[in-house]
This record gives sequence, structure tokens and C-alpha cells, in this order.
Amino acid sequence: MSQNRRAFPVHILVFLAPALLIYTIFMIYPLIDTLRLSLYASTPQDKTQEVFIGFDNYKTLLTNDQLAPRLGGAIKNNAIFFAIHMIVQNPLGLLLASLLASPFIYGRSIYRTMIFMPTLLSFVLVGFVWQIMLNPLWGIAKDILGVVGMQSLYQPWLGLESSALAVIGLISVWQYVGVPMMLFLAALVTIPDELIEAARVDGATALSIFWRIKLPLLLPTVGIVMVLTFVGNFNAFDLVYTIQGGLAGPNFSSDLLGTFFYRTFFGFQLQQGNPTMGAAIAGVMFFIILAGVLLYLFGWQRRMLQLEY
Amino acid sequence: MSVVTKTKIYRPRFSLNRDRFSQRAQLLIAHAILLGYSLLAITPVLIVVINSLKARRAIFANPYGLPNEATFDLVGYKTLADNGNYPSYFLNSILVVSISLILILWFGSMAAFALKEYKFPGNTLLGLYMAIGIMIPIRLGTVSLLKMMVSLKLINTLAALILVYTAQNLPITIFILSSFFERIPQDLKDAARVDGASEYRIYTLVLPLIRPALGTVAVFTMIPVWNDLWFPLILAPAENVKTVTLGSQTFLGQFLNDWNAVLAALTLSMIPILILYIIFARQLVRGITSGAVK
Repeated sequence: MSQNRRAFPVHILVFLAPALLIYTIFMIYPLIDTLRLSLYASTPQDKTQEVFIGFDNYKTLLTNDQLAPRLGGAIKNNAIFFAIHMIVQNPLGLLLASLLASPFIYGRSIYRTMIFMPTLLSFVLVGFVWQIMLNPLWGIAKDILGVVGMQSLYQPWLGLESSALAVIGLISVWQYVGVPMMLFLAALVTIPDELIEAARVDGATALSIFWRIKLPLLLPTVGIVMVLTFVGNFNAFDLVYTIQGGLAGPNFSSDLLGTFFYRTFFGFQLQQGNPTMGAAIAGVMFFIILAGVLLYLFGWQRRMLQLEY
Repeated sequence: MSVVTKTKIYRPRFSLNRDRFSQRAQLLIAHAILLGYSLLAITPVLIVVINSLKARRAIFANPYGLPNEATFDLVGYKTLADNGNYPSYFLNSILVVSISLILILWFGSMAAFALKEYKFPGNTLLGLYMAIGIMIPIRLGTVSLLKMMVSLKLINTLAALILVYTAQNLPITIFILSSFFERIPQDLKDAARVDGASEYRIYTLVLPLIRPALGTVAVFTMIPVWNDLWFPLILAPAENVKTVTLGSQTFLGQFLNDWNAVLAALTLSMIPILILYIIFARQLVRGITSGAVK
């Protein structure tokens, strides 16, 4: 041991160095440096010069009458966006997975392939595909509502302040339901058949088998799905950007933290970019995501471990 | 609990018929749900592909019909060929994806091998350090990354994208590959050591044994890198380095009223991913269901 410490084996360094260097330089350093930059501001005389201003960027974010409503709106919208995924996407994924896990269903792999397919498409494609599907000019959405006799319900949802965010959330659910489905499916197939069989012999119905046996065994996966959804949602940008543009219209009703960050940092149309203020928004996003991850690690996963032993 | 015991008492009398009936009904409902959702998943894509092959009038007159002699028209693809730099976008995307993939698999497998194979001070700590990147998105570091790339003169180069994507995907790659290196029997490596193999030789000996895992990681990293919009938009927006995803985004924005062109562009950008998916679907699913991704 002591010998090891004196002369660190060269081959271990050779194996570790490339990954460690790239990861540290292009991921960890930018994350820390962005947090540092959020405490600075560029001087009006020289745009490249930055001076330390403490937490003033954060104060401005919370009090400025231009920025504060946008930050509040983005956080609120993001919470709604997350709620849509938690209420629609994850239960739907669980439902589809439990149907697909049944050995009596023929054509399981075909269903699975079809349901997972949208996940592979880029946000850009998904955004435009749904934009034209919902376009009143083409009228596909109207026709589909007509099939179930609800044609009169059709409205240009993406253009309405009241529904734009919800529709974008549902489009995102359409695209990503395959991920929780696959994760739940992977967990379901590991549940031993004997366990289910024993319950069935005892007269348990399919529903009570699900609630009393499968769901408790799925709880660790539920946690993983929740934290993945949380991180993905609070970091979302692409879908809103492709459907509504950087201004996340109408009237910022679909603005998420990601689009707010992009506009502030990079600038959009007439708005000038402000990197250090952008860094402060990234800082807010960082702490929200960190809080979610820590809550998962110490609130959920630790309890899971206690259950196991 | 009491409910379960009650049914148990009544069960023997007429359980057989009722069970068979309810099982049939359950199966029917299950198929209806799965089929309905599968249709919802693929219909929008099918409608886009079908209509990209039709003349403008037919697109609006009957969006659901297959193209026939009267309605078949490739005008959208012609607009694409005349206005877009699609071949160069494709080349850029392929370059970015393949080079990042090689670096991710190469550096990631070396690091994962070292972390599992050798006991050295700081081993666990290093593993935890790498794990930070799994949960915290690299996007949050964009402000500093842009500054860095400007000072390194890497703005509007594919190298900037490759470096960022490699850094972004190394943590999850190392995490997945570690669990596979762990399963390789120690005797195998010790036997090679007795025969005088160097540590580097042992790495190359072991690598083919985790080939399925490498395939899974490849598919998993390839798709988000191909589809990413954020970093091309910020680090490489110039025309000559645009990726397919960014290229489609700008093209679609400009030609929003030319339905033929929009549908053709959408179809063309979906096809490579769909072909890859059809080829790798089995491997992808096996990768997920075997617990490769936790």
C-alpha cells in the first residue's frame, strides 16, 4: 500500500487520464465557472471585462420588473410541465409496461417498437410534425376529433395562451412515454413468476396483484423515473424553441427556464444577450436540479435501501 | 386481506367459466389499449412521410390517401435539393456522431476498466466524481463553455461539438461499462498476467468480452447527440458546420408555408434514425431490459 502511494502505477494514469481530462475541462470546469460568472457583470465601457458584484445578478433576477415576472413565470410553467409528465407520462408508461409484461399478449415486441419510436426523433422533428398536425389549415386534428364525434372541441391550441403549455407538455409526453415504459418493463420482467403465481392461486385478482405485489417491487424504478423526469423537465428547451420560438409565446405562456436562460444569455431578436445574467439563471436551474437530485438520493433511495434490508 | 379470503371461499362453485370470460375480456382490453396507443405513436410520422410524396393539392384534399399516379409528386424534395445544404449537414452530423462515439467508447472503456480493475487510493472518490455528470446537465455550463470555445478559437468548428458531447457522455458510459467489467472473471486476467501480458494487453483482451455493452452504449449516446439542437445552435451555427438537426430547424422555419418542402425535409431527417432503429431495436431493447441502464 505504502509503496503504491509513493509511485503511482503509470498504466492506471494512462487509462484514466483521457476521460478524466476531457470530463473535467469540458464539463466540471464549465459548470463551476458558470456559477462563478453568475457573481460577475460586464462593465459598460468594456464588454469583455468582468467585475465581481456578489449576488447582485440574483437580486436583479428577483426584483427587476422586467426579469422577475419572467423568472417566476418560467418556474411556474416548469412546475406545470413537470406535473403534466408526472400525471400523464409516468402512469401511462407504467400502464403500457404492465400490459407488455404479460406473457399472454401476442405481438408484444411490435407494440413496444412502435411505442418507443417517437423517442428517437429529435425535438425539432417532433415539434414540426405536431405543429402541422395541429395546424387548422390542414385539419388533421379536427378530423381525428371528428372520429370520436368531438369535432366542435377543436381549437388552435398552440396559439392560445391558456392551452399552449399543456399541449406542448402532452407532445413531450407523446415523444418520451417510451422511456418510463422501458424502465418499468425492465423492472417488471425481473419479478419472479412464482410470486405472481402464488398470489393468483390464493385468489388475488390482477388488480390486487398489481397494487400489492408489483407496485411495491417497482418503487425503486418509480424513484429513478421521477428523478429522470425532473432533471429532464427542468432542463427542457428544444421543444418549446422549435414550436414557439425563443419568445416562448403566446405572451410567454410556454416559457420554461431553458428558454428564459437561452434568451437572456444568448439574446433573441431585439434583446441583447447578457452572459453573466444568463449564468445567474443557469445558477437558479442548477440549484433547483441539485435540490431534486438530493431529495431523491436522501429521501427516496435511502428509504428504498432500508426496505431491502 | 379479508376480501381475498372471502373470494377464496366462494371460488370453487363457478370460478372456471367466469375466469375464462374475464380473462378474454381483459386480453381484449389490453390489446385495444396497446393498439390504440401504438397508432397514436406512429400515425403522425406516417402521415408526414406519405404526404411528402404528394402534390400540394392532394396534401390538402386527402391527407390520408397513399400517393397514386395522379397525386405523386417530388416537388418538395426538389425544393430541398435547390435550397438546402442537406448533403453537407448530413456529413457534419455523421462526422460529429462517429468521432464522439469513438472517443466516448475508447476513453470511457479505459476509465471504467481502470476503476474496476485496480485498487488505488481515491478510487471510490473518483467514481463519485464521475457520477456527478450523470445527474447535472452539461447545458447549465453553456455560458462558460461558449467563452472557453471563443478563446480556444473553436467556435463554428465540429471539434467544439465533439469535445462537448464526449465530455457529456463519458459519465454514463463509465457507469454502464463498469458493471460489465465487474462480471469478467478474475482468473482470466490473472492467467494472462502469469503469461507475461502487460496491463494494456489485458485491457485489449477484455474489451471484446463486453462488446454487447459497447453496442448498447453506442446506440444510447448516438441518438441524443444526433438530435441535439442546443449546442449546434450556440457553438456551431455557421452554415458550413451545421448539423442535420439545426439545418432542418432553420430550413423548416424559413419554408414554413411551403408544405411540400416542410414534409420532405421532415421525412428526410427522420429516415436515418428510423433505419438505425429498425436495425438496432432488438439490441436496444435487450440492453435496457437486461438492466444495462439503471
